[in-house]
Amino acid sequence: MTAPAAPVPRARSLLRRLWALTAQPLIAIVLALLVGAVIILASELVIPGQPFDPLLPARAYIALLQGAIGLPPAVNPIVGTLVATAPLLLGGLSVGFGFKAGLFNIGAQGQFLMGAIGAVAAGILVSSQPSSIAIPFAIAGGMLAGAIWGFIPGILKALSGAHEVVTTIMLNYVAISLFAAIVAGPLAVPGAPSPITPDVGNAAYPILIGRGGHLGLLIALGAVGVMGWLLYRTTFGFEVRTAGANPDAARYAGMRPRVLIVATMAICGALAGLAGTGDVLGTQHHVTSSYGTTVGFDSIAVALLGGSNPVGILFASLLFGAMRSGASLMQISAGIPAQLVDVLQATILLFLIATPVLRRLFRLRGAKSGIDAPGTFTKTYVSGEPTPS
Amino acid sequence: MDGLINALYGIPVAGLVFEFFGYLLGVLPLVAPIMLRVATPLTLAAMCGVVCERSGVVNIGIEGTMLVAAFVGWIVGVVVAPMIPADPSPIFGITPALLIAFVAAVGAAGLVALLHAWLSISLRADQIISGTIVNIAAFGVTGYLNELISKSSPTSAGAFGQFVPPKALVEIPLVGWLFNMFLNQGPITMSVLVIVIVLQILLFRSRWGLRTRAIGEHPKAAETVGIDVIRVRYRNVVIGGMLAGVAGAALSMELTNSFQEGMTAGRGFIGLAAMIIGRWTPLGAFGAALLFASSQAISQSITFATPPGQLGDILLSIPGQFWDALPYIVTIVVVAGLIGRSTPPAADGQPYEREATA
Amino acid sequence: MTTEVPGEPQQALALEMRGITKRYPGVVANDHIDLVVRPGEIHALLGENGAGKTTLMNILYGLARPDEGEILLDGLPVRISGPSDAIARGISMVHQHFMLVPVLSVADNILLGEETMANPVFIDQAEARKRIRELGRRFHFEIDPDVKVGSLSVGWQQRVEILKALYRQARILVLDEPTAVLTPQETEEIFAVLRRLAAEGHSIVFISHKLYEVLEIADRITVIRRGRVVGSRIPAETDEDDLAELMVGREVQLIVDRGDSHPTDVALKIEGLKVADDRGSEVVRGVDLEVRAGEILGIAGVAGNGQDELVEALIGLRKPSAGRVTLDGKDVTGKGPRHMNEAGVAFVPADRHRFGLVLAFNVADNLVLTSYYRSPYARRGILRNQTAIEAAAKKTTAAFDIRTPSVHSRASRLSGGNQQKVVVGREFDRKLSLLILDQPTRGLDVGSIEFIHRRTIAQRDAGAAILLVSAELDEVLELSDRIAVMFRGAVVAVVDGRTADKNEVGLLMATGGRDRTVPPPMEAQAS
Repeated sequence: MTAPAAPVPRARSLLRRLWALTAQPLIAIVLALLVGAVIILASELVIPGQPFDPLLPARAYIALLQGAIGLPPAVNPIVGTLVATAPLLLGGLSVGFGFKAGLFNIGAQGQFLMGAIGAVAAGILVSSQPSSIAIPFAIAGGMLAGAIWGFIPGILKALSGAHEVVTTIMLNYVAISLFAAIVAGPLAVPGAPSPITPDVGNAAYPILIGRGGHLGLLIALGAVGVMGWLLYRTTFGFEVRTAGANPDAARYAGMRPRVLIVATMAICGALAGLAGTGDVLGTQHHVTSSYGTTVGFDSIAVALLGGSNPVGILFASLLFGAMRSGASLMQISAGIPAQLVDVLQATILLFLIATPVLRRLFRLRGAKSGIDAPGTFTKTYVSGEPTPS
Repeated sequence: MDGLINALYGIPVAGLVFEFFGYLLGVLPLVAPIMLRVATPLTLAAMCGVVCERSGVVNIGIEGTMLVAAFVGWIVGVVVAPMIPADPSPIFGITPALLIAFVAAVGAAGLVALLHAWLSISLRADQIISGTIVNIAAFGVTGYLNELISKSSPTSAGAFGQFVPPKALVEIPLVGWLFNMFLNQGPITMSVLVIVIVLQILLFRSRWGLRTRAIGEHPKAAETVGIDVIRVRYRNVVIGGMLAGVAGAALSMELTNSFQEGMTAGRGFIGLAAMIIGRWTPLGAFGAALLFASSQAISQSITFATPPGQLGDILLSIPGQFWDALPYIVTIVVVAGLIGRSTPPAADGQPYEREATA
Repeated sequence: MTTEVPGEPQQALALEMRGITKRYPGVVANDHIDLVVRPGEIHALLGENGAGKTTLMNILYGLARPDEGEILLDGLPVRISGPSDAIARGISMVHQHFMLVPVLSVADNILLGEETMANPVFIDQAEARKRIRELGRRFHFEIDPDVKVGSLSVGWQQRVEILKALYRQARILVLDEPTAVLTPQETEEIFAVLRRLAAEGHSIVFISHKLYEVLEIADRITVIRRGRVVGSRIPAETDEDDLAELMVGREVQLIVDRGDSHPTDVALKIEGLKVADDRGSEVVRGVDLEVRAGEILGIAGVAGNGQDELVEALIGLRKPSAGRVTLDGKDVTGKGPRHMNEAGVAFVPADRHRFGLVLAFNVADNLVLTSYYRSPYARRGILRNQTAIEAAAKKTTAAFDIRTPSVHSRASRLSGGNQQKVVVGREFDRKLSLLILDQPTRGLDVGSIEFIHRRTIAQRDAGAAILLVSAELDEVLELSDRIAVMFRGAVVAVVDGRTADKNEVGLLMATGGRDRTVPPPMEAQAS
């Protein structure tokens, strides 16, 4: 019987836990920024006609920061970042919730679009009602449409085992077609030169702060709390996490996998739909047939970087939102294409996924976060010695 | 029978269905070359999928691999063409620059696939995530470089031209249109059928094919007879990547002569769908790709060569987006086992296995 | 040290393994093992599960590297780097779990890795088929090379595995439990093949735990127990009792004295239970058992005789195909795990990482894995009550001496013994009607084993009915008030725990009883 260890001072152990959680993402981000700097320098060499500026990476990043939050920080840039963050946050929560259950929701893109068109359709219906009725109605319409788009792959998987990666990707494309058909068809404003829907009128989110800081920001933030509560404080969340971590144990514990799959996918769809709803009701107020966004795929990156954890996703989406928001200023003032943000995003994920290699380099012990996607979902062949018999 | 249905529905359904198929057959010779052209990148993407997944590695990064190849093919052509000026040769309009660009495209795709292989096989990362990262990286890097370079208004190195089949062949009654379909094409499209047949034969009759199928079904069994599963998987993923590279090159060097950001437009995923419907065989995937291409062809021919009468009215009233969505809907139906179950190789990254496994 | 049998001329040895030692974390799988096989000899390796036979053969086949010792082929020391090296040297292995690809044909499976080529690219199918048919004919079985292996019966799959070895011109053939899934008829046929092979000069190493078969087929028998060679015999000078004693040893290692039991009413009644495995073959074939409250019924048996499926059916993880299960008078046949749990049944699974724990969760959550939805751990079945969960976890952790930094530590951080204690703590810490234990102390240290044994006896004395399944004969003998022996899916004997003889039980485990009235296994229909 060993004597109990001397109690570690609370501040130190808290710091240690924080480090364990955030070390890998932080290191991945720093490394990615370094790689980005190298890419910027290399780009300079490739493009002729300009003198080589060794400080260009610094200038680019500063411009990025300026575009994101302003230098010194100002309300409008920050609001712009938050507006870009909100859909990423909801999308990330959607994908992350799926990951927790052991499901790959690659369909956030389609669910987003369905949520957008659902919100527009519902909004148009109630556009002349008072806002207190119109807004909730439109939100409900968007979330319902998204939920349906998540329900379909869920029920298919539960009943026939059809894998959600395939079905959600396919539904993304069906969503694009359906969206275009609806915009050009039933919702089209007659006589318009190109397909466009009417305005949502009173269903639009009120502006709460700055230029364009709409209600969706609060909703997205609220969703973090709701999902965190759902995952960690309810029995449903416990069942979802158990099914994702160990489906066999979940069966033994009497949990019903099929019900969980369908419910989880529907919730994922509703969240991504809410993201689309927010963009439409908060910023666009109508849609055209050329409406499109990359939020669907960015959400996967956000969920991975955030470790599938609501709070982690909040920070990850802030980071990506800031980068997206500041990218246009970076392009204008430093001449670096905005697509660098995509490159940075991918590089962060690459470093994150190379965790074992990273761990050896930085000798991180016990840092358990990183890519927290369904661990044994894909069994790749391991060549090694068999266990003794 | 027709009369009964008439009476019941007021619409001569059976007659219309026959009319529709008759219409399709009539239009077929016209659209066949376009179908093959459209199906080419899909087929090659599906071939990549087949080779990878038969070995047991799921590769949803085909989209990104194609995109990288499309970009590299274009940009290398742009850079090299002024350095080696030459007249395009009469067959296929080949220039040294185009050849070099093609090789570079395929090579780049191989490197991208190597990345996916390293992440999935050596680091044992989740294969879906690895593929997704490849896609995100490909979009980002190609978009970035494209934006950077387009500022200096580069001139394209051109594209592979089409072969003109002899009139005598094309005008043969009944089957002449087949010659037109397969011969009135650029070099990559012409090779597709050959590639498909070669892969089909190799997969099921060669030593490579046997070993590939074995490691995709039961890698432990293969290991116990002395096959290096890791090495074969690496090799196959790179080969698959190069096939996707040819698909990408077809996009920017044959079907068009330029690069647009994100020009793959989901073809990599359609290729995966074709692979599934084709039951992981090259010939089957080719057939499925043709089917998918036909959806687009039908959509276009309805607009430009509308059938007469009631059929034409009905067809015109179907929104064009339906035909766009049709391939994807069919894939979902197949995957859900609603028209016959299509099972993947048993050890295929296990995304399609029925029960959740640990 | 070569083992010489006096009176025999010194032949060139086909295979000699000297002083082979292999250590894995926590266990010495092979401890200075010597093995000698002559050309044309059928040499049996006899031992219980976990004795080290398969490890030894894996070393021979290049699937593992020995820590000490050397291997000599035809008198020359060799280093075997991997399976292809072993195959090249003429060593072929037929594994216990077939290494066949079900969707490929017989010919393809045989050719894999040793393809007969028509040219550098294509396989010479015609030549390969010719050779396969010839080989089959030489050993008196007709085999169709184009049939898909997955549709073959198990007996024929076995033949395909042997053909694989012969196609590679193996001189040394290692067969790991080849008759485990064969009918007696099929076994005889395979034995005929083996005898013919031996007559032609091939050496055969035959791993088994089946005493009568070994006596029938082997020229020489080496017995391994706990990683060591404990004896070498010729069939003429031994019998089943002698071999059984060598295999299991005479002394029983007792850790705890269970004392007397005072059983009362029948708590669990199993009648005619039939259960199929994942592949659809019936592996529990009409089991009848009774367990009374206040007694421990131990099921002894070699792993793979249907115990796991029986246990899974009892706890509700698997649906039986026939029969009845009654608990405290109520019919619970086919009910799910939650129903059984709420009826007062506890389950300690054989694979704790699968059914027992969620490694990613902390200790507290693992402790409420089966009760998370009940009060006080959840209010109205929806909201979790963290304070109650934590308090209960602290109590259980203290009561079961679970060594963990805190109840919030991840289960993956705990040692094997402590992980098992979490499972035991969760399952034991309530009012129980029936406790099912499956390999409860596998891979644990002595301290944890003793702890779990004491707790089990305490549960018995508190009135629970306990069903213990274990491949560790010592454990069964130590804890059980009554012992049932399972063989090929049926209970072949039930003996009193106080008077049971270790050799007798070991014999029953290995043979199913002298009169062998146990029905043969049904042919497994692989899909």
